[in-house]
Formats: sequence, structure tokens, C-alpha cells
Amino acid sequence: MKFSHESIEINAGLMIVLTMIAISIGGLVEIVPLFYIDETIEKVEGVRPYTPLEQKGRDIYTREGCYLCHSQMIRPFRDEDMRYGHYSLAAESQYDHPFQWGSKRTGPDLARVGEKYSNQWHVQHLKAPRSVVPESIMPNYPWLLENDLDYSDIADRMRALKVTGVPYSLTTAEYQANVEKFGKETADQLNILEAEENLLAQAQSEDFDGDRARLTEMDALVAYLQVLGTMVDFSKYDEGYFAEFR
Amino acid sequence: MAEQQHGKAVQTTGHAWDGDLQEYNNPLPTWWLWTFYASCVFAIVYWVLYPTWPLGKGYTTGIKTITFEENGKEVTTNWNTRARLIKEMQTGEESLKQKAYLDKVSQASYQEIVNDPDMTAFVNSMAKGLFGDNCAACHGVGGTPAMIGQYPNLGDDAWLWGGKVENIEQTIRHGRLGYMPAFGTVLDDAQIDALANYVLSFSEDTVDSNKAAAGEKIFKSEAAGCYYCHTTGATGLYSQGSANLTDAVWTVADVPGADGLDAKLEAVKGVIRNGVKREMPSWSGRLSDTEIKLLTVYVHGLGGGQ
Ligand code: HEC
Ligand code: HEC
Ligand code: HEC
Repeated sequence: MKFSHESIEINAGLMIVLTMIAISIGGLVEIVPLFYIDETIEKVEGVRPYTPLEQKGRDIYTREGCYLCHSQMIRPFRDEDMRYGHYSLAAESQYDHPFQWGSKRTGPDLARVGEKYSNQWHVQHLKAPRSVVPESIMPNYPWLLENDLDYSDIADRMRALKVTGVPYSLTTAEYQANVEKFGKETADQLNILEAEENLLAQAQSEDFDGDRARLTEMDALVAYLQVLGTMVDFSKYDEGYFAEFR
Repeated sequence: MAEQQHGKAVQTTGHAWDGDLQEYNNPLPTWWLWTFYASCVFAIVYWVLYPTWPLGKGYTTGIKTITFEENGKEVTTNWNTRARLIKEMQTGEESLKQKAYLDKVSQASYQEIVNDPDMTAFVNSMAKGLFGDNCAACHGVGGTPAMIGQYPNLGDDAWLWGGKVENIEQTIRHGRLGYMPAFGTVLDDAQIDALANYVLSFSEDTVDSNKAAAGEKIFKSEAAGCYYCHTTGATGLYSQGSANLTDAVWTVADVPGADGLDAKLEAVKGVIRNGVKREMPSWSGRLSDTEIKLLTVYVHGLGGGQ
């Protein structure tokens, strides 16, 4: 068949394919360069992948659909800066898969909620939000305290994330690279071969859910919430520094 | 569309469906064509002004249009939302208005702020917002928490750590840990019962006076050692954050919510048995010195500041 105006117009399948190609070009031109432009991810110290316990907490966060009401992206506007703190950097979510930026804010943004409240408050608030904030419309999540944390899949979970580019380590060479990049303490946490030991040790190191004897889903979720937005020390940088990356 | 335009026969696209169905090939309307040309011109102007084309590892940034100050030097960068925010924070109309007040407040003493109605009005309106964003989740809107027990009421006259501006500022800046050990395994039920009667004897006149007298002895004994923290008069110490037990104001034990003497005793016994551990976070890392000052004035004004 000769390729002509007519052959496209009378062939619905071909028309759909060509339309999709034409539209994708628009999308690709906007998105693809971000993957190779040097300045997409700001060069800052402190950002690291999540520890096994935090990662479990993050999985519970996505499982419970917290993202349906909470964004994790502070935009560079004056009002957001004054309410939530420093705007989010691309670097801060470079190890997030899937990211939790979102745009739906039924509740407040959580990008910098880490260390804002006590563990005690988070536990009470997640169990029964209205017992601390009477006006709240957030649902109760009482089962987080009842469910034991199932961490049997944590090593596999980290392996899967490694495929997407998160630098969890399996080999000695990868571990050494992490020591160089993040320091020994963090590198130990990123070692997939010791994932379960690390998870249990972190859960023992701090009283997240108010009961050290039990390891619950609440422990993991609170550990995750308390690290949000705390990795970068903004006092080390001039404000103008981040503007250079845009 | 008309078969005739400007007197000429209109061409067709050249192909026919179902034998005789044809499509006219009319020229584009002039208004549409000019809009198209105008948007081409707009695009070129846009490329000059804003970041647009990706080029290898970089991109065309557009000309430098945003100027702000950094470390005493003027910096001019290409248009981007971050530079725009810095500029707005430094020279935006609203920011400047607010900054004028903030500078004044940060230099004034607490006494000067309270004596100046203009400054007080500013402090209260701005601190109310700060309190809502940072403190209300625990202390409740306006400083009155949802229930007695977890978080202290900032709207009453009773202070755990002192109600002077210095005390309040210290509390906000560095946080506090309210701690009382659990006595459930140290003391037996009769002793705890006696202690509860003693503690309640300050505010209730229906308690068993024999038990209360026995409780007072235990309170002041080495075995329980309540007086170390609460003092022998049970009035509490600001340096320990130990509650005043004589003032009929309750911050941990939910006595006001309890119905009848037995329930009130139970509420007090619960505290003695289980102890207390409450954390007020530190805000020095999250809030600026001026913001802490605003909040101090606000909190001082909520209850009976000393
Ligand atoms: C129906 C929407 C909704 C869902 C789903 C939801 N929240 Fe909320 N959340 C809110 C609202 C509204 C508030 C503000 C009132 C309050 O503090 O309870 C809030 C507040 C919060 C805060 C306090 C933020 C701050 O800075 O004061 C945290 C932390 C939080 N939510 C965590 C979670 C987590 C974790 C989940 C999932 C387990 C979740 N939320 C699910 C609506 C929601
Ligand atoms: C995570 C919950 C939480 C948040 C958020 C919080 N506080 Fe507190 N605050 C507490 C607790 C708990 C105490 C009591 C500490 C104790 O028991 O000794 C307290 C005590 C205080 C006191 C001392 C009261 C007294 O009687 O001496 C002041 C003042 C205070 N908070 C002010 C603030 C301000 C201002 C903010 C906001 C910047 C704030 N708090 C945010 C939990 C919180
Ligand atoms: C290590 C110091 C310490 C000792 C010892 C101690 N307390 Fe306390 N107590 C505190 C502190 C601090 C608080 C306030 C806790 C808070 O606000 O977070 C408190 C609170 C209380 C309250 C609650 C008051 C209220 O307003 O709700 C009661 C009742 C009480 N103590 C009784 C006792 C008795 C009885 C003993 C002896 C068996 C005792 N305490 C021993 C430090 C102590």
C-alpha cells in the first residue's frame, strides 16, 4: 500500500499509533532531558536512602494511602515557606520509589514533619486523631498498633529498590562505595545482607510506639515520619546556592 | 463552507470515500493564521527570557532577570521560582511590611513589646498563626488541649516550668521532658491509696482524713521520696517541672473529668502507679529567634504569665 494521507485516514489502527507517537514526542521532550541535565538534582550533603525500618514504614504509608490526603512537596512560595519550612529539593526525594510529592492536600504537607512532634504524639494521633486534634478529619488507624510488623520481605524489598537505582549494597565493592559516599554508619544500614538485624536494632534503639517489647507497624511508620525532611542541614548553604540549580 | 470563495472554485483534498464523498481543502481563516504567527513570535521571546531548550548536560537559561542580595553582594540570575522566592522574601511588598515589624520586635525587650499596643497587636496576630502551625496539634487551638493528661494547658495560671518570659522562652527553645518515675512496683496498693488521699486532700474535703495523714507521712518519707521533686509542701518545683499538687489544677491526672471521689482517687493513683513521661520538643532548629520571641509573648499572654 502506498503511504499517503488517505492510507492513514482510512486505517484507524495506524491513525491511533501515529497519534500516540506525535503526542509522546511532546512529553518526552519535556521529561527526558531532566534525566541527563547535570543540575536536576542539587548537590547537597546528608541525603541517604531509607534504613530498613524506615523503608518498611514507608511501605505502610503507601499501603494505607496517606498520600491521598498528604503531599510531600513544599513549593517555593512565601506562604509555604513560612508554614512548612524550606522548600523541597529534588535531591531529597532522589531515593524515593515511588515518590510521594502529590498535589492533594486534605491534610498538611508532611515533607518536613520529621522531628516536629514527639513519637508519643504520632502514636496517639495515628490511633485516634481526634483525641489530640478535635477538628481533625483524618481517619483512625488503630490497627497499626495491633499488627506485628512483618519484616520477612525486607531484604527482597531492598533488592527490588536496588534495581531502580537506590544504592543498597550486596557486594563488598558496593558496600565500600557506600562507606565512601555516606560514611560507615549509614553504609552499614544500607547493607542488604544485614537488613533484618539492622531493622531489629533500630527498632530497639528508640521507643517509637510506646512499647519496646513489641515490634509493630506503628514502630516502622513513626520511624519513617520522624526522618522526613530532616536529612539536609539547610544552615550549611546560602539560599542562592539552590537557585543556581534552576 | 462555501463552494465558492473570492470567486474561485474551492479545491478538494483529492480523495473520495464511498464513491463520491469528498472533502474541501479550504485555506485557513486569516485570524487563525495571524494568531499562529503571533504565537511563534511569542515563543521566540519566551526562549530569550526563560529557561527552555535542553542542550546536552545543560539548557538555555534565558537572560538574567532576577536580582537579589546574598552576603552583602548583589546576585543576578536567570528566571526561576527559587530566585523569585528569595527576591520576594527580601523585597516583596508584604515581606517588607512584615520585616519592619519583625525587626522592631526582635530588638525590643519583652516589657517594651507589652507596653506598645501596636507591637502587641502584631505579635498576637503573627504568633497566633505560628502557634496554629506548630503548637496547636499538641496544646490545642488557643493553648487549651483536647483533654487533660497528655499535654499541659497553656491557658491556665499554673506553670510546670515557670511562667516568666525567660522560663517560657527556655521551654520553647530547648524543649522539656516531664518525668516522674512509676511507683506501681515500689509501693503497695494501700500506700498508693493513702498517697492519693493525701494529694486529693488539698482540693477535696471529702477524702478519708486518716488515710490522708498516712499518705502525708509516705509522701515525706525516704521510701517514696515524693518530696524530692514535689517539695515537702507538695507545691512543686519549676526547676523539675514537677506539678504543684495543692492548686486544684490538674495537668496529668484527669481529676476534673472524673465523676465522684472514687474515680478521682483512681485518676491520681493511675499517675502514681504508672509515672509520667511527656516530651515537649525543642524548637530552636525549626523556628527563628524572632519567631520564638513572638511565641513567648503570645504564650505568656494566654494564661497568667508571671
Ligand atoms: C482523609 C484524609 C487523611 C488521610 C487518609 C490521612 N490524613 Fe493525616 N491528616 C489529615 C488532616 C485533615 C490533618 C490535619 C488535622 C490533624 O492534625 O489531625 C492531618 C494531619 C496529619 C499529621 C500532622 C501534620 C502536621 O504537621 O501537623 C500527620 C503526621 C499525619 N496526618 C500523618 C498521616 C499518616 C501517616 C497517614 C496514613 C496512615 C495519614 N495522615 C492519613 C488528613 C488525612
Ligand atoms: C509534640 C507535642 C508538643 C508540641 C508540638 C508542642 N508542645 Fe509544648 N509541651 C508539650 C508537653 C508534653 C509539655 C509538658 C512537658 C512536661 O510535662 O513537663 C509541654 C510544655 C510546654 C510549655 C510549658 C508549660 C508549663 O506549664 O510550664 C510551654 C510554654 C509550651 N509547651 C509551649 C509550646 C509552644 C509555644 C509550642 C509551639 C512552638 C509547643 N509547646 C509545641 C508538648 C508539645
Ligand atoms: C523524679 C521526680 C518526681 C518524683 C520522685 C515524684 N514525682 Fe510526681 N510528678 C513529677 C513531675 C515532673 C510531674 C509532672 C509531670 C508532667 O507534667 O509531665 C509529676 C506529677 C504528679 C502528679 C500529677 C499532677 C497533676 O497535675 O496531674 C501527681 C498526682 C504526682 N506527681 C504525685 C506524686 C507522688 C504521690 C509521688 C511519690 C510517690 C511523686 N509524685 C513522686 C515528678 C516527680
